[in-house]
Amino acid sequence: MLRLDKTETWLLAATVILLTAGFLLPSWLTFILTLAFAKALVVQGVVIQMRAGLVSFGQGLFFCIGGYAVGMGGAFLDVHDVFALIGLGVAVAVGVAAIIGLLMTRYRDIFFAMLSLALSMILFGVIVKNPTLGSTDGFNVHAPTLLGWAPQGQEQKLAIFVLTVLIAGGLALALNRYMKSGLGGVNEAIKENEIRVEFLGLSPRWILYANYLFAAGISAVGGALTALATGHVDPEMAFWTTSGEFVFIALLGGTTHVAAPFVAAVLFALVRTYALELAPHSWQMILGFVLLAIIIFLPKGLWSLVAGKRRAAA
Amino acid sequence: MTTLYAILIDGMIYASWLFLVAAGLTVIYGVMRILNMAHGSFYSIGAYSGASLVGWYFAGGDGAPYWSYLLLLGAALAAGLFIGLLVEQGLLQFMYKRDEILMVIITYALLLILEDATKLIFGVDPYFTYQPYSLLGRSSFGELTFANYDLALIAVSVLIGAACWLVLNRTNRGKVLRAVIQDREIAVAMGVNVKLMFAATFVVGTTLGALAGALTAPAISVSPGIGVEVIVLAFAVVVVGGLGSIEGAIVGALLVGLTRSVAVHLAPQIELFVIYGVMSLVLAVRPQGLFGRNLARKI
Amino acid sequence: MRRTTSRIVPTAVALAASLAFAAPALAADNGKFRIGVVTFLSGGAAGPFGVPSLNGAKVLVDALNEGKLPAPYNLKGINGVEIETVIVDENGGATKQVEEFRNLAERHKVDAVIGYISSGDCLAIAPVAEELKMPTVFFDCGTSRLFEENKAPTYVFRTGLDAAIDNIGAARYLVDSGRKLDSVASIQQNYAWGHDSWADFSAAIQQLKPGVKVATEQLPKLFQGQYGAEISAISVSRPDVIHSSFWGGDMEALVLQGAARGLFDKRAAVLTCGESALDRFKGQAPNGLILGARGPFGAFAPQNPLSDWFRTAYRGKNEIEPTYPAFKMAQAILGLKAAVEKTGAKPGTIPAKEAVAKSFKGLNFESVSGTVQMARAGGHQALQGIAYGEYSFDAKSGKATLANVRHYSGECVTPPDGTTAAVWIKAGFPGAQCK
Repeated sequence: MLRLDKTETWLLAATVILLTAGFLLPSWLTFILTLAFAKALVVQGVVIQMRAGLVSFGQGLFFCIGGYAVGMGGAFLDVHDVFALIGLGVAVAVGVAAIIGLLMTRYRDIFFAMLSLALSMILFGVIVKNPTLGSTDGFNVHAPTLLGWAPQGQEQKLAIFVLTVLIAGGLALALNRYMKSGLGGVNEAIKENEIRVEFLGLSPRWILYANYLFAAGISAVGGALTALATGHVDPEMAFWTTSGEFVFIALLGGTTHVAAPFVAAVLFALVRTYALELAPHSWQMILGFVLLAIIIFLPKGLWSLVAGKRRAAA
Repeated sequence: MTTLYAILIDGMIYASWLFLVAAGLTVIYGVMRILNMAHGSFYSIGAYSGASLVGWYFAGGDGAPYWSYLLLLGAALAAGLFIGLLVEQGLLQFMYKRDEILMVIITYALLLILEDATKLIFGVDPYFTYQPYSLLGRSSFGELTFANYDLALIAVSVLIGAACWLVLNRTNRGKVLRAVIQDREIAVAMGVNVKLMFAATFVVGTTLGALAGALTAPAISVSPGIGVEVIVLAFAVVVVGGLGSIEGAIVGALLVGLTRSVAVHLAPQIELFVIYGVMSLVLAVRPQGLFGRNLARKI
Repeated sequence: MRRTTSRIVPTAVALAASLAFAAPALAADNGKFRIGVVTFLSGGAAGPFGVPSLNGAKVLVDALNEGKLPAPYNLKGINGVEIETVIVDENGGATKQVEEFRNLAERHKVDAVIGYISSGDCLAIAPVAEELKMPTVFFDCGTSRLFEENKAPTYVFRTGLDAAIDNIGAARYLVDSGRKLDSVASIQQNYAWGHDSWADFSAAIQQLKPGVKVATEQLPKLFQGQYGAEISAISVSRPDVIHSSFWGGDMEALVLQGAARGLFDKRAAVLTCGESALDRFKGQAPNGLILGARGPFGAFAPQNPLSDWFRTAYRGKNEIEPTYPAFKMAQAILGLKAAVEKTGAKPGTIPAKEAVAKSFKGLNFESVSGTVQMARAGGHQALQGIAYGEYSFDAKSGKATLANVRHYSGECVTPPDGTTAAVWIKAGFPGAQCK
């Protein structure tokens, strides 16, 4: 149980390197990294479901729930401790997922994608309608405290960075274990041929349900960390184009390795900033070409998704 | 009473617009199993092409105004053909063996590229070519006045719907197309030139999208981002009706159009949710859409 | 080993890329006054607002660097230092804008940031600007929440006006015009801007003409583009006046579709952002359509040397008249210049950011829209009047002008410090000085 395999040793090493780097790198870079790692957590949620053959175009739903839980916790419940806020976000997200997961796990393929999109857009609509939540302008997040310590300014950003790296590292380890376990293996089986899994005596539906809850929880953590780092939440977090970004990054990295979403998220953030600077009028096009190039020339990133599908095209 | 008439006519106008937009999407999915996320961009390109051509025509002098309708159609056909062929022959034909989901992502990348390409070609200024819209005059029913252009659009939509249905169900080519829709592998085994069918279908789909854009252009101010707005609507209609079914697209458009019209007149505050509400409800009851085929699970 | 290889390459690329980005930071101190300009270059707000404002910025910065402006701005650049700009697209959401703002401040090391049209972005950026101690001038966003939530600003300034003023002004104009005002219909874009605009307007009109009925409140989606059902609903509800805070393509579509269907035949409509399309409506907008420019900007700007110069220069470079976003951007840049030069720093040097912030506070400066007093929010919010006028199109010459223009002074339509706009309106505008 405590023995670390090769991947996990690498992950641990990476976590330590990043933590030390945080104190040496310029603050704009650590900020980008913080946001990238938080985003990568949401992407992990997408990847978990992708491994089982489901593409979620509405992961922004839980991303937004996590963020707004942090914001509302500070603004309405006067809770400022980061751990309490993140816990709140996860609790609400998993609670919501428990209910709608019952509906969602009945669908596959395009319908799962569309329904997840619809649900995230419904949350978007609910928030936009609500002036107390600031509608489309969102609202600012109160300054967080870490177990009583209330850092200010630069210290605060660094503290959030350290927190993000630690949480990301821990979750990466957990996800690696999950992926290598029996449950992780069954996910691949479900993607290949769900009927055979049923005949083997397992219930694909409840396995997908568990996946859904897990993905919701992780995405909420990503949302909470984003809210803490930027200091602001808005309903854009639930808009379908945000979810599209998560899917983009998931494909960029591929579903084979647990570190892939992190690397892909950092790469995406840097490419986007670079594209914005290089071509402020056509950065979307650059992103599109990069995505196409990855799909065409670097199928390694998309390897398991492509090779694994055995369902006949009917 | 006026409200009832308003709801019905508005619903029909909106439904006919929805159908025009969604028809191309459902045709492409039905035959090729590609959920074309770039459909909105084709709509946008059609709108810009139509608006620029008509705008140039009217700026150029005193041509007979009714030619502008032909120009709109011409612009849409030309744009749709050109872009459709370019995309299909240049990119998609190499990707057919890939996963369905992968195709969605490829078309998403295409969407990003085309959005900025449109902006680079046509600029960010909105195009405001209103002449064809106001040319046909208006009709009044008591307190309500409607632009004849919108009413004419209902006719156009019915025509296109009928044409699609006729081609699919009453021609030989249509029969072959339906065979490809049902089972691509067997169709290939039977000697159908599926590659050609795919190319033709894709071009038809994009042209329909461009046509929807061009026909809408005179009524709006064509600005960047109209493509993205249309995608979600088109998806919702197509998913409600059942992917790949023209009848489904018609019924889906009517359902969404009328429901939205009711919401706007009677409860404007829920208008934002109506489309997603309808979609969720239909999917909850009938997971494959209203006219979607029940697929047998192959082991 | 494939797994490790597939990870090493992207990681190496990422590290190399990040080192490459460290480079620009060193080039920041090149002796030029660097301004970060943030405005919409893509998306629906680019055409009507973003691009005109960027064009306005370019015209002004180029002219300043050549010393071509009339007094009192004839010093070259800013305080004699050449201006260079870093342009950022405001599209992409508030989270991304916070990231880009930090980039501007810490990587590009700009001396000031001017920009932001979207209220959501302003609200998210304000605390970050204070944290990073970066003088930031918001030139356009209209949210009343900006200084209601940032009660003690030091580095954040707004040279544009609060949107509450747009709607109080509109209400006053309608009442003063003497037209029939028994019922009002609302059509707003369904997001914060639309909600807030209608809330302010309906409260104001109730104060000025008690008993006004609301015929219908339409809230179509932002960028919906097609308003068939909404126009029918408004027609059926038979209002005397229609109020809309629509902007951009939506506004043009509404006017086109409404005019074609006779929506404006029996009633007046007021468009608080209407001036941005003054030259685009052509014959499609009905004469008598009431337009606003969110202040004394664009076609409402007074004739003075600065505005005349700006109009000529802008027309020269862009072949069309400058609309209000261009004016507002010019105002922000002039305000910054005035603030920097007032610090007393030696010409040819760049003063410290704290000095710039202190100097901007409570500043009075000359602008393309007349005199601007930073007299609200403790000296951080500009105080100016607002004007409304009726669209008037001359088919023969093809030119659009404004008729029946009425100006309202700042003291008449602006809530004083210490109260929120909503509370001030509900209390009946206590302390307002209107002629």
